[in-house]
Amino acid sequence: MLLQVASNFVEGVDKAFFIIMGIGVIFLVGLTTLMLVFVFKYNKKKHPKAVQVKERMILEVTWTAIPLLIVGFMFYYGYIAFMPMRNAPDDAIQVTAVGKMWEWNFIYANGKESKKLVVPFNKAVNLKLISLDVVHSLYIPAYRIKEDMVKGEEGFMWFIPTQKGRFDILCAEYCGVRHSYMSSEVDVIDEDKFNLWLTIIDKKSNKEELPGFLVLKNNACTGCHSLDGTKLVGPSFKGLYGRSEIVLTNDVERNIKVDEEYIKASIVNPDIDVVKDYNKGLMKSYQTVLKDEEIQQIIEYFKTPDEK
Amino acid sequence: MDISAIDNSFLKHGTKYKGILGWLMSTDHKRIGLMYMYAIMIFFVVGGLLGGLMRLELFRPGQDYITAQTYNAVFTVHGVIMIFLVVIPGLAAVFGNILMPIMIGARDVAFPKLNLFSFYIYVLGAILAIASQFLGKGAPDTGWTFYAPYSTDTNTNVVAAVLAAFVLGFSSILTGLNFIVTIHRMRAPGMTWFKMPLFPWSLYATAWIQLLATPIVGITLLMIIAERWFKIGFFDPNLGGDPILFQHLFWIYSHPAVYVMILPAMGVITEIIPTFSQKRIFGYKAIVFSSVAIAAVGYLVWGHHMYTAGMSTTARWFFSLLTFIVAVPSAIKVFNWISTMYKGSINLQPPFYFTMAFVFNFMIGGLTGLVLGSLATDIHVHDTAFVVAHFHYIIFGGMGFAFLAAIHYWFPKIYGRMYNNKLANISCAFIFGGFTLLYFPQFIIGMQGMPRRYFDYLPQYEWAQVFSFFGAIVLAVGVIIMLFNLIKSARKGAIAGPNPWNGKTLEWTIASPPTVENFEEIPVITEGPYEYK
Ligand SMILES: [Cu+2]
Ligand SMILES: [Cu+2]
Repeated sequence: MLLQVASNFVEGVDKAFFIIMGIGVIFLVGLTTLMLVFVFKYNKKKHPKAVQVKERMILEVTWTAIPLLIVGFMFYYGYIAFMPMRNAPDDAIQVTAVGKMWEWNFIYANGKESKKLVVPFNKAVNLKLISLDVVHSLYIPAYRIKEDMVKGEEGFMWFIPTQKGRFDILCAEYCGVRHSYMSSEVDVIDEDKFNLWLTIIDKKSNKEELPGFLVLKNNACTGCHSLDGTKLVGPSFKGLYGRSEIVLTNDVERNIKVDEEYIKASIVNPDIDVVKDYNKGLMKSYQTVLKDEEIQQIIEYFKTPDEK
Repeated sequence: MDISAIDNSFLKHGTKYKGILGWLMSTDHKRIGLMYMYAIMIFFVVGGLLGGLMRLELFRPGQDYITAQTYNAVFTVHGVIMIFLVVIPGLAAVFGNILMPIMIGARDVAFPKLNLFSFYIYVLGAILAIASQFLGKGAPDTGWTFYAPYSTDTNTNVVAAVLAAFVLGFSSILTGLNFIVTIHRMRAPGMTWFKMPLFPWSLYATAWIQLLATPIVGITLLMIIAERWFKIGFFDPNLGGDPILFQHLFWIYSHPAVYVMILPAMGVITEIIPTFSQKRIFGYKAIVFSSVAIAAVGYLVWGHHMYTAGMSTTARWFFSLLTFIVAVPSAIKVFNWISTMYKGSINLQPPFYFTMAFVFNFMIGGLTGLVLGSLATDIHVHDTAFVVAHFHYIIFGGMGFAFLAAIHYWFPKIYGRMYNNKLANISCAFIFGGFTLLYFPQFIIGMQGMPRRYFDYLPQYEWAQVFSFFGAIVLAVGVIIMLFNLIKSARKGAIAGPNPWNGKTLEWTIASPPTVENFEEIPVITEGPYEYK
């Protein structure tokens, strides 16, 4: 195939592809050739008088019955390659995959969190699928699997990685402005390395322990506002408090300093004072989403200085 | 030949009004059909330009000409315009209106005023659709599928776009109703059901889908509006709703809608092949029954759009099985078309070239549809460029090429004049070549895992975007040549005469262009529609 072969499902899926496409190509080439032969042979110049042929029942019955059999055959191969995808083994490693605008988060049983999906080679992994906002779809092309993540519902997908290395994880269900950047990777490593990796739990900084940080993460604010200074859809949160910005108020530029007032106003009415070089209309008002208390927590978080 | 036929035709004589009002107030099915055609052509060009803008942006990875937000709005508007303003009304509203009454030997549709009213609902819907792009807080960015909860949540102007689709649905319902009654009540004496030509038959099957399936999407769209305005929780989990319910309701309509698009296309092809082969259609009844079967079973397969959406495993395989079964009637039609050519006397004119391109594209579209109907393979290519390619092969390669075939077939009937054959063939070659170059590579990168609706992409997918971009240019050149040829010939072309292709159906027995009344005397039908001797 055109793609890496890296999970236990690849063989079945590729076989179904091969069978369906193979039969398809035979039909396409056969029927196209037939059509072209007729067009040449019975061209008006060579064949000035059409011959009216009698309809034959037997022909019509045959060409109904044979396609029925063929599609039955195709259905069968799709079915047997698919069914195992819905039956995860009980001893699979459980990981919770969280999708939100526009990043993935993988949470392991011992509480370890990671932006990449790190898994041991040749061991079954079962992903519990959760969305915090709109529909996303976790897609690993090299594994031939994909399943939607829907808020309020819990889905799953599972696989056994059969090759070490890194493979793309993409979001396949359209989810907004940074949909095409919602990617990550599976990192398949040896089991002993994996066990070691699992025990290293990054200590959260004191700032990340603040309740305001959780509010920002749970509402997917960080999908558009980076924490490390990268320019995304909106201005970065890094060093936000006390920063001077040029904002556009009714298309008039003015200088402001980011303070409590400005942060609150930007959460409630994001389109009033828009930082220069960023666009209006991309952020909705969080007035009805966030409690006053939560807005306070966010402000507290911004006020806390970064630690070195 | 003289031009008296044109002077006596519906093009010159209309209602009591003169000039433009004579068209805008006309209840003549032919004038209404032509107004649809001009509107649809304009929207097709607009939608096509938006598609070209996307191809330009995708030519290289990263951001080049437009932002991601604009790109998302562009693919939404491209989808809404093409689906709701071009393809769904498409063949039925244009050629159904102009030709169906003539082909069954009637002077007009059953409810001519309702017909004009449907046109104005269409215009209202179109205005709303365009307004949604400019009013409020930015153009809608949900894709034409309006999936919840994104559509109930995003800041952009979704309500206007949804309302537009809702209004356009009414136009579709009323046209369907009108056609059903017309076909039941107004066939010429002696034209039994099985003496009726196959294009009207396909419109009849289509009309039932329009009538029964469109209300579902209407209600669904209203539910989105209710959710956004009154916070009633249907689909948004934050309000206690279920996002998957939206997908079910949406596809219960939108899968049958694909048949609203493609059945009349099959009907057109079924008219053209006998005429240019000078042969009776092979398997008349099989074609009728397969149209009806497609319309009926087509209601029950919507779940194939949702294999990855968390349906129960049983539902997934059951929808897959039904999807495979509904593929069979389409295959039967292809066999019938090709066998009709057997031992014919094939006249290679532009409509026939477009028809051959249709059959080829439609086979590719149909066979790749089997990949999407199969469970295991769909899981991999669902929501990738493969789906985009498949869909455009069916809708553009199928319905679009049938539309072009239909224009070139009935052009002399409608305008009484002939276009330049050579230019028509050249435009057909460009359009077919450009189309193939544009969409075929998308199958391959789809299989390699390139998701759809991506503003930016990984480097391994770049080569196909380059091919597609050049394909789009070739395609555009073809469309320009074609429009130039047709527009010029509508005014200046050689006089065509009543039956330039030696066709057998009723429209070829009357003057080109037809008079306001179509028939001086309603014909009495004694034999089938394609009785070539
Ligand atoms: Cu996503
Ligand atoms: Cu469908």
